[in-house]
Amino acid sequence: MTEKATMEALARLVPEGSRVLDLGCGDGSMLDYLQRERGCSGYGIENADANVLACVRRGVNVIQLNLDEGLAMFGDASFDVVLQIDTLQHLRNAEVMLRETARVGRTGIVAFPNFAHWPNRLSVLRGRMPVTRRLPYQWYDTPNIRVGTYKDFEALAHKNDLRILDAFGLQDGEAVRFLPNARAGTAVFKLERSA
Amino acid sequence: MSFIATPQSMHFTDALPLQSGASIRDYHLAFETYGQLNADRSNAVLVCHALNASHHVAGRYEGQDKSEGWWDNMIGPGKPVDTNRFFVIGVNNLGSCFGSTGPMHPHPDTGEVYGADFPVVTVEDWVHAQARLLDRLGIAQLAAVLGGSLGGMQALSWTLQYPERVRHAIVVASAPNLTAENIAFNEVARRAIVTDPEFHGGHFYRHGVIPKRGLRIARMIGHITYLSDDVMNEKFGRQLREGIDLKYSTQDIEFQIESYLRYQGDKFSEYFDANTYLLITRALDYFDPARAHAGNLTQALARATAKFLLVSFTTDWRFSPKRSREIVKALLDNRRSVSYAEIDAPHGHDAFLLDDARYMGVVSTYFDSIAKELA
Repeated sequence: MTEKATMEALARLVPEGSRVLDLGCGDGSMLDYLQRERGCSGYGIENADANVLACVRRGVNVIQLNLDEGLAMFGDASFDVVLQIDTLQHLRNAEVMLRETARVGRTGIVAFPNFAHWPNRLSVLRGRMPVTRRLPYQWYDTPNIRVGTYKDFEALAHKNDLRILDAFGLQDGEAVRFLPNARAGTAVFKLERSA
Repeated sequence: MSFIATPQSMHFTDALPLQSGASIRDYHLAFETYGQLNADRSNAVLVCHALNASHHVAGRYEGQDKSEGWWDNMIGPGKPVDTNRFFVIGVNNLGSCFGSTGPMHPHPDTGEVYGADFPVVTVEDWVHAQARLLDRLGIAQLAAVLGGSLGGMQALSWTLQYPERVRHAIVVASAPNLTAENIAFNEVARRAIVTDPEFHGGHFYRHGVIPKRGLRIARMIGHITYLSDDVMNEKFGRQLREGIDLKYSTQDIEFQIESYLRYQGDKFSEYFDANTYLLITRALDYFDPARAHAGNLTQALARATAKFLLVSFTTDWRFSPKRSREIVKALLDNRRSVSYAEIDAPHGHDAFLLDDARYMGVVSTYFDSIAKELA
């Protein structure tokens, strides 16, 4: 997901000049890009010490927090966009954080590895958990505490009364709009709270 | 071996109006500077001290072993706050006992030692006095103001009293005000001092005595609150000072922790002033920028325009991470530039004075970015 094309594809979903909160912002490269290329401002949330340091080095505002403790620090609709890029699969309570994302941001953008991508299906058909470029970990040694599919997320969004503004797959930095649940390694959703 | 530092003193004749309505005139501020002020005077960093520290922030005194400043690990050539790039100023606060005018000095009108009559000074008063010192040093704007604990409160107050004079504020292990529990600890310490028969209502200098018993107990209480339970257990546990047998005494020192606290108390009572302890703990109690805004910290911090770095330590229960987060939240509400690091260090409140690679790394990296703005 660190590939430039993928980052740019996601950044295009963020309107210019937006105030952005990036949940699980990693080394801050996305916010850095949004600040430089799209005139955005905002903050990243990170739990890992090394990433906090990397953000400070880049000049990206970062708040060290464990997302599993929630977003109580942030007011309703206090950001134009809340990003959850490759974060969902690390969260203990992904549903609560999804609701929080929609509460704090006027728009939420969620991206995560799509487990229903065909090579993953093939691997499971063969009886083994997939180890791929997108999901490079062995099942017994992975930071991803959950796996889900494009379709699963659609259902979760509906369950939580979230309106899907746009949804597509990403594969090799290209949008996949035809059969994304099978054809894309990454699922991308842009959503907002139903009025 | 650290560099040589030289203490200086600046005299101020003009009265400094204090928050209480009183004023203080003909006073001195002790200070030290490290590094060189650059040509456009843009690289000045002010370091504010906490309860028992001073203007001697870094370096050591000529010919004096173990005279390193209290933040020598943080400040100096090649250190996180690099004096090769920054002009660093340490200043001793009014009412303290390390060189600036305080309760042990004579009142300019009467020639009598102030003692208990030294006016109550607040964090805001200290910041005001520091600003006057900067005026005299020809520094219109600070690249950064930096402080831990009570020093962090001063750094925060700088951004509210003189928003246009501060570009960055680094607030470490601090709080937007003291909790009731914190005031309670301060009050126990003050009662220990005030009820010492040698305190004489704060005029003990006239009697040629020092209320050392009170100071010792005040320091012992302080030390308990600066450490975490875990560190205290790791360092002392239930170890006995000598042998393995209980003495069945009630007044002897038996446990190592007792010995440690008494040692710290004794050492402190030899150099610290009792009235200063009362004044500084009171300044801590009073600090509360949200008070003028009906407790609304977001409104209180609306004035601040500086960029902020806040740091807290997970095991600090005296100035807990929760308190730093309150400041972060108020800054976020005001859409200010802020970063916040919560360091998982075991040492409690004391962590802000100790070496921790993550803590030093974050401060160092932040100051790197400030230095880049200077170029």
